[in-house]
Amino acid sequence: MRNPFVMDCGEFHVNYKQDMAIWKISRVRMRVFILLAIFAVFPMFVSDYIIGLATLCGIAAIGAIGLNILTGFTGQISIGVGAFLGVGGYTSAILTAKVGLSFWIAMPTAGIVTAIVGGLFGLPSLRLKGLYLAIATLAAQVIILFVISRWDALTGGTAGMVLSRPELGSFVFYSERSYYYLMFVVLIITAIFTLNLFRSRVGRAFIAVRDRDVAAEVMGIDLFKYKVLAFIVSSFFVGIAGALLGHYTMVVSPELYSITVSIEYLAIILVGGLGSVFGSIYGAVFITLLPVVLRSGVEMLSGVFPDLSAVLIGMKEVVFGLVIILFLIYEPQGLAKIWKNIKDYFKLWPFSY
Amino acid sequence: MTFLLQMIVTGIVVGSVYALVALGFVLIYKSSDAINFAQGEFLLIGTYVCLTLITAYNIPFVAALLIALMFSAVLGFVIERIVLRPFIGEPVISMIMATIGLSSVLAGIVHIIWGHETRVFPKIFSEKPVNLGEIVIAPVYLWSLLIVVVMLVIFTLFFKYSKLGIAMRATADDQQAAMSMGISVKMIFAVAWAIAAIVSAVGGILLGNINGVNASLSAIGLKVLPVAILGGLDSIPGAIIGGLIIGILESLTGGYLDPLVGGGLKEVMPFVILVFILMFKPYGLFGKKEIERV
Repeated sequence: MRNPFVMDCGEFHVNYKQDMAIWKISRVRMRVFILLAIFAVFPMFVSDYIIGLATLCGIAAIGAIGLNILTGFTGQISIGVGAFLGVGGYTSAILTAKVGLSFWIAMPTAGIVTAIVGGLFGLPSLRLKGLYLAIATLAAQVIILFVISRWDALTGGTAGMVLSRPELGSFVFYSERSYYYLMFVVLIITAIFTLNLFRSRVGRAFIAVRDRDVAAEVMGIDLFKYKVLAFIVSSFFVGIAGALLGHYTMVVSPELYSITVSIEYLAIILVGGLGSVFGSIYGAVFITLLPVVLRSGVEMLSGVFPDLSAVLIGMKEVVFGLVIILFLIYEPQGLAKIWKNIKDYFKLWPFSY
Repeated sequence: MTFLLQMIVTGIVVGSVYALVALGFVLIYKSSDAINFAQGEFLLIGTYVCLTLITAYNIPFVAALLIALMFSAVLGFVIERIVLRPFIGEPVISMIMATIGLSSVLAGIVHIIWGHETRVFPKIFSEKPVNLGEIVIAPVYLWSLLIVVVMLVIFTLFFKYSKLGIAMRATADDQQAAMSMGISVKMIFAVAWAIAAIVSAVGGILLGNINGVNASLSAIGLKVLPVAILGGLDSIPGAIIGGLIIGILESLTGGYLDPLVGGGLKEVMPFVILVFILMFKPYGLFGKKEIERV
């Protein structure tokens, strides 16, 4: 019997078209379609609670892919994602609740507005590098949140705003299942766009900037243009994720977009894998489910250690921090790399290399 | 006019505490090129240890302070060894995320041990306000200023004359050259972290005396970032001047602009100033400009 894991034996590229193909062999394409089908069908069989969690994971994945374009692929560290999510959520909230536009116009507009704000705060990136840039984006986070929480007339101040679920004709996306499919479609579009982005000139330029920006400039890449462009593209998806999240939870308020959220998103792309689209998805699932799993673990153990639930919040922080540090020390390239190692192991089995 | 002076004096006191904490920041950056996002948690732990010693074990303030400082130093040593050593020479994002992870772990531990409610330091300094001309100052402010100035002087002398201090400056200048002169660079990193933990503990205890102690005290760790960046991440005088500038501006904003916008601008102002300064001076006021070669 053929080893089912051996996929690319006898794979020879004899022309450029083959080399550029997304699915290099038909079996990979089949595997992708089977996976997609599984994710499309599974909400039929599980409870609303699990679908809700999956929706949150998916929305986090959209935002994380956005952040990964900026931090993982272009090498510009941003500690301001939380606030950009907020810009997306609030734009959509204002457009649907105050202006009365439909969700289908408000969501892309939220992406565009966030992209503009992101580009604006990306302007210093030409002169700032590394730590200095990270702190400048931290400043963006603080300033944007301040504006949101003080501009009472537009944003409702610290009380926040209430949103409604999107409608399509007479159909309202009220059920968990319908919103899951909405998220699923957006996630697929985001993933395909991003995968293709890095097969294009712009994407290659991003990677060149990450690897060594001075060298990239010497090779004719307009640093300013591409750095700001990275901020714009990245913020667009973060804004979309913010709008989706806002309409899902049906509420936006400043404390939902604090610096903790920014750190969570950084943790997602770090745990998932910097510069990997699928890594962003794995990381989003991992970090979103971490507190959930921890809580159910604590509930199971609460019979043995009754005091455990009292320290749950503190324990969440400790575990969250430990996960980041351990990943950084033992697998800096994240879950994506771990998955690749597993695949490589089976591909070469029974030989070790 | 009195109000203005009052605001400036308050700003100087708060700014001097910022300067002290930023000093720890700059020290770590200078010696090991690491930025420490866990500085706020160092401050919190030092403060809580001191507070617990005083309230639960009835140890006099000065003794408790010394024990807390020793504890902080050991903490700094241990953390440098366990968490930070693997990241020397790694990309910036690893360093940032490692210290962010560290800060999350420490915050969680503080949460588990000490809970979330605000605690008050027992009154150590007299409460009778001191009059300086028209300005009224609480003694705790004067003591804070005094302690910070003493510590800054001690550190300046330490870096200028002591063997260890000179070794630290040599390491900051050129690690390889320092190594070839027989300086243990690892030791220097560990000492830098220990000193950073000590200065933040002092800053935390002073602030705790002024405002009370709770977990939000660690937010100072973020607030000190603009201070350190403003002065330039690798400049010790920059940290001191940056601390004073931010402290005074913050106090003036709190006094004059906050009533106009309904509060909260005070916390944001340092970051606004930071963005403007970075637009014109990307390496802060006194930071060393990096020259890049391909």
